[in-house]
Amino acid sequence: MTVDFAQEARVRIETRVNGRTIRAEVPARLSLVEWLRDELGLTGSHVGCEHGVCGACTIVVDGSCLRGCLMFAAQADGCDVETIEGAVASGRLAALQEAFYRHAALQCGFCTSGMLLTAAELLARERNPGRQRIREELSGNYCRCTGYQSIVDAVEVAARAQQEENGS
Amino acid sequence: MEARAPSGEIGRARPDARTRRFLAGCGRFTGDTRPVGALHACFLRSPHANARILKIDAQAARRAPGVEAVFLSDDLARACKSWRTVSTAFPGLVSPTQRPLAQDRVAFQGEPVALVVAESRALAEDAAELIEVEYEPLPAMADYRRGLEEDAPLAHPETGSNRAWSLDVATGDVEAAFAQAACVVEDEIVFSRHTGVPLEPRTILASFDPSAQRLEARISHQMPHQMQAHLADLLDLPMSRVRVVAADVGGGFGVKMHVYPEEIAVCAATRLLGRSVLFVADRVESMLSDVHAREHVVRARMAVSDEGRITAFDIDDLHGIGAYSVYPRSSTMETVMAIRAMGAPYRFEAYRARANVVFQNKAMTGQYRSVGHPIAATVTERLVDRAARALGVDPLAFRRANYVRPQDMPLVNPAGLRLLDLSHEACLDRMMALLDYEALRGEIEEGRASGRIIGLGFAAFVEMTASGTEVYGQAGVPVAAVDTVTLALEPDGSLKAAASVAEIGQGIGQGIAQILAEGVGVPVESVEVALGDTASAPHGGGAWSSRGAAIGGEAAWGAARKLRGAILEVAAALTQEAADALDIVAGGVVDASGRERMTLRALAETVHFRGHELPEGVQAQLAVAHSYRRERDAAIPTNGIQASLVEIDGDTGIIRCRKHWVVEDCGRVVNPLLVDGQIRGGVVQGLGAALFEECRYDGAGEFLSASLADYLLPMAFETPDIEIAHVETPYSGSVIGAKGAGECGTCAAAAAFLNAVNDAIAPQGASISATPVTPERVLRALGRINGEGAP
Repeated sequence: MTVDFAQEARVRIETRVNGRTIRAEVPARLSLVEWLRDELGLTGSHVGCEHGVCGACTIVVDGSCLRGCLMFAAQADGCDVETIEGAVASGRLAALQEAFYRHAALQCGFCTSGMLLTAAELLARERNPGRQRIREELSGNYCRCTGYQSIVDAVEVAARAQQEENGS
Repeated sequence: MEARAPSGEIGRARPDARTRRFLAGCGRFTGDTRPVGALHACFLRSPHANARILKIDAQAARRAPGVEAVFLSDDLARACKSWRTVSTAFPGLVSPTQRPLAQDRVAFQGEPVALVVAESRALAEDAAELIEVEYEPLPAMADYRRGLEEDAPLAHPETGSNRAWSLDVATGDVEAAFAQAACVVEDEIVFSRHTGVPLEPRTILASFDPSAQRLEARISHQMPHQMQAHLADLLDLPMSRVRVVAADVGGGFGVKMHVYPEEIAVCAATRLLGRSVLFVADRVESMLSDVHAREHVVRARMAVSDEGRITAFDIDDLHGIGAYSVYPRSSTMETVMAIRAMGAPYRFEAYRARANVVFQNKAMTGQYRSVGHPIAATVTERLVDRAARALGVDPLAFRRANYVRPQDMPLVNPAGLRLLDLSHEACLDRMMALLDYEALRGEIEEGRASGRIIGLGFAAFVEMTASGTEVYGQAGVPVAAVDTVTLALEPDGSLKAAASVAEIGQGIGQGIAQILAEGVGVPVESVEVALGDTASAPHGGGAWSSRGAAIGGEAAWGAARKLRGAILEVAAALTQEAADALDIVAGGVVDASGRERMTLRALAETVHFRGHELPEGVQAQLAVAHSYRRERDAAIPTNGIQASLVEIDGDTGIIRCRKHWVVEDCGRVVNPLLVDGQIRGGVVQGLGAALFEECRYDGAGEFLSASLADYLLPMAFETPDIEIAHVETPYSGSVIGAKGAGECGTCAAAAAFLNAVNDAIAPQGASISATPVTPERVLRALGRINGEGAP
């Protein structure tokens, strides 16, 4: 917020967001995802429930996926935050993006950022997850449009592509 | 009717080009854009289900930091009218007046009472907490099964009764059919209230320019044009000064097709303030105030003759619609569709149905994906399975013997449905092959022999899609069912289109692009279709009733053929060939020998930049429009059959849906990849309703499942793989022959699932006639737990 109307309690933070260091003074009660969306303009993370269930606000903090609605911006002080924008720019999601596209693994697109980041975290950890593993791992992210099957298909295909690339 | 070109883009499985943006994190949802200085809205909502408002003190809230204004009902009345749902399709419908904010009384928990507009949502919420409202609580009408009893609490004290509407249908001699029946089966089936839960909550960003008296509403909505008409009416502005933009819409499913108090309140507020106001519902608000659906108790009987033929249905439906009949379409549309679609796959002679629709002090109900049909499919298919079991015949053989056959159509059945172009037997054949019926039955018997609780269930269905102009037009409800596509050739040879159908994730923009590409003769990549902005898209229906391909697609085809004709006229003039000797292939004009004579780019450049080179008298018309009104059939019926395989854990009562199959006939499939996505998504919504989803209220009308931790949605883990096959019987009344495809998955998924559960527990002598089929219901049915609790 550029104007402080309420003299709300504020906290100074220094956070790396998508590789850039940002120094800011944030309202103590502002969630991390709201800060990213409303003040940094990183609107690729979405807010679906604000109580940590739906997964639409999934972001990566210090290398792990977490809920942007369950963390305060103030808690990101000293952290390395990566949003969907940063992950896309890094190229690390390319195989997943392509597989999601080809398999129509999204319809309205609201859950997609969280799905991609969660799937990428799985593929970074497990080289060859089966369909049931993929289903388990994606179960923190709601999709109300696809019925999930096309998402599972896409992650399976991206895993295979990743394996081939690694020559295994 | 003009013949369709035999091959090309129509029917091709293509990813939706639009989805690239979301995959790059570049979606543009309504809440993603906020102009500098935009204010934020927060509603104070009623904690009571039914209460008089005695006094509201908003002084402290108005003085709170960052607050621009606090509005109460009277304040907004200066800027907008009230509304009331009236439809001649529902004679005698009672529906109380609605206002953006409750006036003297609240009628459901969560009804907006005051609107705070502040510099941030947090500050608006802070201020809302300072508003003091004095309520006089009234008895809540929560248990709708008591709604018509004499001493039942009244949802609206002024109406004198909880009855909102009732419907009686009687065709043929029902009494005689039941008297002569060799077999009568009956059931009472309980459907719990559930809701659509689009992942993006309802959102609106409204701006008013006082100098020009113009309103702009950016809204997450399925029908931008309908909202334009209602905003103009309620705020007393000419439609030409109201612009509604539905950017990317994060799911709709019927939730986002209504006029809600919150959105109207925000528009009234922006008009009074002259500043932009943003409202994003949080999830709890969404659960409390989005339309719910499908709270019914249906008592049903079916008569079967000694030849094993269905002869009659006798239906008694009680439908709880919440506090208001939703504006403008009315919550009773669900009642009508549930009653009319009963028994629809089958031949029968007599039909009697009575529906009572009652008000409750609960959230409004309204159209949710496959409106009413899941009720009809579940009731019908439970009865059909019961009859097959009673007669000792195979459930599929019983269905086959009773199906409406091609030679029976066109047919107006005793429930009043007009049926044509259906393919039940072909779908059944396809299904039996798809799941290898005999082998699967064998596997199930083997499993059962080793103690497993496994079941296979089926549900045939008919779904009425792509509603025509009669449906609301005859009822006096201003809803557009004609759709229009405008199309122009750009100087570089690409096509610029705008369509009145709306994108809510179903991929209709891609479908329209493919139809335009084939209709003109250009690569699909050179077609751009604009949707969702009333400033550019011609007036039309938006997204409802699975109308995109069946109605919007016909408009697109008409526009494409008009533009193709106009292009060929110019080409003929430039090449000195007869227009009918020329064709457009892959973006180039070719002659009868197939030789390319010029590219569309060259032609368009000539027209746009060097018009003087055209022969005298040639006025090129490279911008066209085409509207499509279907002249026959109030709706296009579609059909199919679903199957579900379930396994139950007898110790926990947890049901696992192991596999689900759909064979579906939605006529010509424009894009199989996207159609299958619609079917799968629809099935999973149906399974959600069958397994988990329930808007639970207590006896005082307090909502108990308003968070996603309490309202359970299907996740990837418990969702099965869904195998799909198509039978294509083109709709005989249009060029492309597409029928609606968006809702059929939801139509019969719960019905097939419930039949599978009952198939699984039948060997134990148990049955279940209520959804969701919770573990508790399963354990009770199996006799593993006893005592008080849910039925």
